Amino acid sequence: MSLSTQQLEEAYAEMLRIRGFEERAQELYAKLHFKGSTHLGIGQEAVAVGTRLGLQDGDLVAPTYRGHAYALAWGMTSFSLFAELLGREAGSNHGRGGSKHMGSAELGVIPGNAIVAANLPIACGTALRAKMDGDDEVTVVVFGDGATNQAAFHEAMNLAAVWDLPVIFLCENNLYSEMTPIKDAVKVDELSIRASAYGMPGVRVDGMSVGAVADVVSQAAARARSGQGPTFIEAMTYRYCGHMPGDLCDYRTREEEAEWKSRDAIEACETLLIAAGKTPAETAAIRAQVEADLNTAEAEALASPLPDPSTINRGAAAWMETSR
Amino acid sequence: MSARELPYREAIREAIQIEMQRDPDVFIMGEDIGSYGGIYKVTKGLYEEFGPERVMDTPISEAGFVGAAIGAAMVGKRPIVELMFMDFSLVAADQILNQAGKQRFMSGDDFRVPMTIRTQQGAGGGVGAQHGQSLEALFMHIPGFAIALPSTAADAKGLMATAIRMDDPTMFIEHKTLYAEKDPVPEGEYLIPFGKAAIRTEGSDITLISYSASMLPTLKAAELLKTNHGINAEVIDLRTIVPVDWATLTASVMKTGHGIVIHEAHRRGGVGAEIAAELTQRTWGTLAAPIARIGGLDIPIPFSPSLEAVWHIQPEDIVNTALRTLKK
Repeated sequence: MSLSTQQLEEAYAEMLRIRGFEERAQELYAKLHFKGSTHLGIGQEAVAVGTRLGLQDGDLVAPTYRGHAYALAWGMTSFSLFAELLGREAGSNHGRGGSKHMGSAELGVIPGNAIVAANLPIACGTALRAKMDGDDEVTVVVFGDGATNQAAFHEAMNLAAVWDLPVIFLCENNLYSEMTPIKDAVKVDELSIRASAYGMPGVRVDGMSVGAVADVVSQAAARARSGQGPTFIEAMTYRYCGHMPGDLCDYRTREEEAEWKSRDAIEACETLLIAAGKTPAETAAIRAQVEADLNTAEAEALASPLPDPSTINRGAAAWMETSR
Repeated sequence: MSARELPYREAIREAIQIEMQRDPDVFIMGEDIGSYGGIYKVTKGLYEEFGPERVMDTPISEAGFVGAAIGAAMVGKRPIVELMFMDFSLVAADQILNQAGKQRFMSGDDFRVPMTIRTQQGAGGGVGAQHGQSLEALFMHIPGFAIALPSTAADAKGLMATAIRMDDPTMFIEHKTLYAEKDPVPEGEYLIPFGKAAIRTEGSDITLISYSASMLPTLKAAELLKTNHGINAEVIDLRTIVPVDWATLTASVMKTGHGIVIHEAHRRGGVGAEIAAELTQRTWGTLAAPIARIGGLDIPIPFSPSLEAVWHIQPEDIVNTALRTLKK
């Protein structure tokens, strides 16, 4: 699937929004506007945006704790996600989930998960529902390279294959399982070959190319929708930032970082737009609009209130004890 | 409502069957539950009636299929999952405790998990230390699940139907030694609310609190106390441990001034500790003696029949504890 200029322009703006959002999140954290942790995927934007492009409205996504990009790509407003990170009542989940757990039933975002492979079995379940009800909805579940060593990964891969579930297993291979090189954590050179052990296709794709990602995702989705079952996609990508705040990335070289940044997906997309006839002034205008919108969303989120302590039992089951 | 004698296993099956008939979103999955009918035959016949789409055999993959049930529940289904043995819940512990139990709260009430986990537990017949554990205290400790442990066939039917209809995750814990036990079970739709204990025997001297298969030695002990010692024990079946029917327990202990909690699960850190501590706070001033606990020994369940017999609670253990509590 080759992207139209219109699609490229939308992808460009969306990748800019995601990166700008995460850069602001990094700064908000550094300035102590929120605590806990936040796991950013600066540099990995093309995987999320390409994935959304390869799917249809109504398809579900189940991200990990490094999931801001997917929530945004699935239509979450910057304000709603900023507010969630900041623990505000106006957040996507009323501040109950935070950076790691944003989700939305309306948008089809299964909440992000802080257990790296836990959303894989859950995604099998959302896909099972679609299959049982005869819908052509697809679920894409996203996880990092490190998650491929957790038991739930293997159980879910097998379950999805044996039941022909309409699910796409999307691995963001950014070369590091948190701080440990993936090559020190698995014996195989390519994670995609693990798919063959479960009887499903495994494909490796350039995760720095929004078009390449959209292409393989749309093929996997077509396969899923036609009842042929799951596909495993290994998107090769790189996070420019650390795994978490305070991670100095001393487990990798500056040269390696520079090499990946030279293939930056947003820059590549801009080059394609210019080649398609957009002027530098036009791309600069898109950048400026994205920046302005993010600034407004961030300021509004910062000005919005924290949850009223009396609402602590929101979402608690009736039998949970919410008082001392 | 008319009632007829049914064994515990058939009462559970009847509840599932009725709920599957009335709600097309209800389905059941687990290991060997389809044409095989489950290792304790609870699901026998459901596969023939509802077909493989709604009575699904799964791989031996507890984290995988419990997770799948959670996912399906989050988007509108009402799954029942059979875990063949309670011990296997630990294979799926992340999905049960970190996932199912937290989705609703963490999402700010945007997602719910109306899933029922059915499982069976309990020692007996030499099942040993990895097929006979009673693990309800683990799941009571972490907020997330409502938990039922029925002791009678009628309760099993009524609580199972309620569990399936609840909008939050429920754990329905059967006991392997109860499956053939019969008692009168109402026909048709029959619901028992969670959080409503049953007073099985009224009495004024001491309150005996139990649930699941431990109700049998407890009821026997009450008979022995009456016959041999002239002591009138009030016997309460908790039915559900989340939520606990504190009103019924408190009223009874305030009347008798004495209480014992009896369960097969290990005593240390068990349900009995929670009940005894809470009841002590609620009834302090009317208590004539500390609330006692009787539980399984704090060792793994032994295999050999001579050792397993020691591990099990006997009615005499309860009688002796009651006499000590009553200073007789």
